[in-house]
Amino acid sequence: MKEKLRSLWQKLFGDSVRAFGVVSLVFLASMAIAPAKNFFSEWRHYQHGYLSVIRNRSDANTLRRHFQGGIQQIWLPDLGVVDRCTSCHVGLKEPTLTDVAQQPYRKHPVIPHNLDQFGCTICHRGQGAATTLAEAHSSTLAWEQPILPAKFVESSCGQCHRGPLQGTPQLNLGRNLLSRSGCVHCHAVKLPDGSTVKATDDPPSLSHIADKTTREWIYAWLKDPQAYAVTSTMPNFKLSDADARDISAFLIANSTPVPGDNVTLPAKASSDPIAGASLYGESFCASCHAVQNAAGNVVGGDVGPELTRIGSKVKPEWLQAWVRNPRVYDPPTGMPHYRFSDSQVATLTGFLLAKTDSDLLANVHLDAATPEQIAHGKRLVSDYGCGSCHEIAGVKKPENFAPELSRIGSKPITQLIFLQGMQHTLPDYIAGKIKQPRAFAPGLKMPQYTLTPAQIDALTTALLSLNDRSYSLPPSLAVAAPPESDYQPAGKAGKLMTDLACFSCHRINGHGGDMAPDLTWEGSSVQREWLVQFFKNPGTLRPALIRRMPKFNLTDGEVSELTDYIMTVYQSPSVDRDSMPLSGYSQGEIELGKQLFYGKYSCQGCHIVDTKTDKGYIGPTLTQVGSRLTAAWIYQWMKNPQALRAGTIEPNRAMSDEDAQALTAFLISQKGGGKQEAAKK
Amino acid sequence: MNCFASGVLILSVAALAASCSRKPDSTALKPTAFGASIVESSGGKQFGQAGTPLPQPVVVQVNDEPGAAVTGALVEFAAAPGVTFDPVSALTDSSGQATTNVSLGGMAGRYQIAASTLDKSHKKVELKIEEIALGYQQTLGRRLNEQYCDRCHNAESTAERVSNYDNLEVKPHPFTEGETLDKLSDADLTAIITYGGPALNKSALMPAWGNTLKKTDVQALIAYIRAVSDPPSRSASAVFAKD
Repeated sequence: MKEKLRSLWQKLFGDSVRAFGVVSLVFLASMAIAPAKNFFSEWRHYQHGYLSVIRNRSDANTLRRHFQGGIQQIWLPDLGVVDRCTSCHVGLKEPTLTDVAQQPYRKHPVIPHNLDQFGCTICHRGQGAATTLAEAHSSTLAWEQPILPAKFVESSCGQCHRGPLQGTPQLNLGRNLLSRSGCVHCHAVKLPDGSTVKATDDPPSLSHIADKTTREWIYAWLKDPQAYAVTSTMPNFKLSDADARDISAFLIANSTPVPGDNVTLPAKASSDPIAGASLYGESFCASCHAVQNAAGNVVGGDVGPELTRIGSKVKPEWLQAWVRNPRVYDPPTGMPHYRFSDSQVATLTGFLLAKTDSDLLANVHLDAATPEQIAHGKRLVSDYGCGSCHEIAGVKKPENFAPELSRIGSKPITQLIFLQGMQHTLPDYIAGKIKQPRAFAPGLKMPQYTLTPAQIDALTTALLSLNDRSYSLPPSLAVAAPPESDYQPAGKAGKLMTDLACFSCHRINGHGGDMAPDLTWEGSSVQREWLVQFFKNPGTLRPALIRRMPKFNLTDGEVSELTDYIMTVYQSPSVDRDSMPLSGYSQGEIELGKQLFYGKYSCQGCHIVDTKTDKGYIGPTLTQVGSRLTAAWIYQWMKNPQALRAGTIEPNRAMSDEDAQALTAFLISQKGGGKQEAAKK
Repeated sequence: MNCFASGVLILSVAALAASCSRKPDSTALKPTAFGASIVESSGGKQFGQAGTPLPQPVVVQVNDEPGAAVTGALVEFAAAPGVTFDPVSALTDSSGQATTNVSLGGMAGRYQIAASTLDKSHKKVELKIEEIALGYQQTLGRRLNEQYCDRCHNAESTAERVSNYDNLEVKPHPFTEGETLDKLSDADLTAIITYGGPALNKSALMPAWGNTLKKTDVQALIAYIRAVSDPPSRSASAVFAKD
């Protein structure tokens, strides 16, 4: 054996020339491996595949002309993007390849951006520079930056677009939930533009809670908030019986009474369910408050709290005071001050108090609280950070109670601790934390939220958009969110509008709710007399609308205060109220307008002018529009409705001046009611 | 070392792993009864955003030969890769029903879901259910549809919105009505939406939206109409957004 080896050595390296030749050959062979490796590379395989996929297509020649072999690359120095994805995803930009089922050859779905300007990894993550599938896509070889699952891809839109977008419902919902579910009470979220996310929920103050409810109810609520109201956003802290007992003891002991917060009415709380239900309906309580019906469906608005079991919660005297004037107990509340009469207060509270659930407090038996329990309760309140959300007298709002979530979308996975069986990716981690926050380690404080899987995905999407790229983006590329307005009307009328909580439903100058029409230019739009009558007795303008303006029982003085303010202040610069008369149009013009209304523009599809023939249910009823709107407003509305009210669904018909004039003449002649009947006779 | 060979190897290993991982799921539940047929109760033909959970769960019912509901039959759900079920398999409840929450895959298009159960002779009985995943453009179209079109084009009323369909003298076509809408080319649909019904000699009750909607909006709407068409739209020509 040894002999053989020695003779082989002699043969190969016996003399120096031969040795040089052999070493050169070995060297040459090893040099050849590199091109061979290149020749057998994955992307080349996919490009061959592409050519065979397009071979039999009718547009094969065009596709082949577009095809460029070799490694392809999109390089965007501004964004730090080097994406070689198009080396394998060859057909991304081929308009005819939408029907190709085989990946990676399908055309990219239509998006508002050009692939050459944005590359791939900005939206999809992954490693752009990689030229093998595993290194580009998967989480093990792509270490920190695996491909983002498709369901979270909207998060990438949020890197640059800081406001809501039409095409990203999930991101919009997630951002909304971040403010609405109270996440930001504990977790600070600093946005790339330097602002912080503000909470939009309004957890009640607990400083005077003993006025409102009992210790038993607090106990039951703390144990399981959703048992009281399925729509409640209060999370479950999974408290032990003793902890719930002590916290309820502390909150009651800590509560101070509000003067005037409990009233005893001359009239007793009425138990007339029919009168109560009809007052509840007339006052449009259901526009804001929901009630769970017998079938378990929650019916009503989500602006105010759910009232299904309100009778098991509140003290009758408190409820009476609240219905009479909610601003005594909670000055900034979004609930309007209705100005109910004593008997109405009695009827409504009687109706509400009957909404009870005997199971709720059946098993709650609490002994009188001891000082130790109260002290322990106070400690628990600060341990669990109750003060982050609720105002509690003597308890400071904790600072930085929970980890800041800015840049959470770029958190390195090496810093994360995963649950067993969980995929080791950032989206899975975030979604898992929201889904079951206490499962990750013993002693964690984050409570359990009741979010649907879709809501969890939406929140995860919003959080993933807060990544390093969104913070380091060149400012020229960021699309700012529309500015928030904190507009407040001034003076006496302004106070009245706050008292009536107009902004809970209406928006004015960019501030307020979106349940009811925007009133920014109401003064140019309506006639004074109509507005006065509407305040006194708000009828409905839209037959199919469920939510309506409630009647606030305003005094004449209050009505004229509001009307004057609206008519003077809420004027559009583009509509001069007095530029067109309210009457005196020629019969010919009116007749032409009528023909246009029913013929060319077929307005009756959505509006009603003649209740006998028209049925349109979408727009407001126009039978009395001549007594309601100003002619100048109608004319400008015909010309361009979106210019007067952004987002209105009335189509812009690009009407000629003559058509708009004739339609204005026709509509302003619709004075409604008795007058029209009289005119006909 | 050939890439093709390695690809095949990876695929077969993946398939093996998938089949291995699926086995424990099905054996975890033991059927106590067997049915003869499986029918859809609810949840078919939903529109969901690609990659996200469908709004409603899919509910199927297992019946025996006379047609009575069977309790305790094992139902397994399966679909193309990318579709996830929660749970993947379930035993039918006291009303013979099995419920699962479905998340569609990341690609827009139609997904076929198979719900299967075993009959008495342990033969597989299968039900195919179709669900529709909407991509970016179709999702945008759906939103525009809800804002502008649905009130007339959809005869169903919801708690929030009363349908105007019955009030119209000339009835609009629901967007799912594939037989009619499929006969119209993209150019025709664009013309009707942009210039109103009279553009194609149709009712003036369909107003012109060309000054209200952007070109890309109209394209998104057409993409949505093609996506929800029933029967499926014959390979609709591609729609591009350039604005």
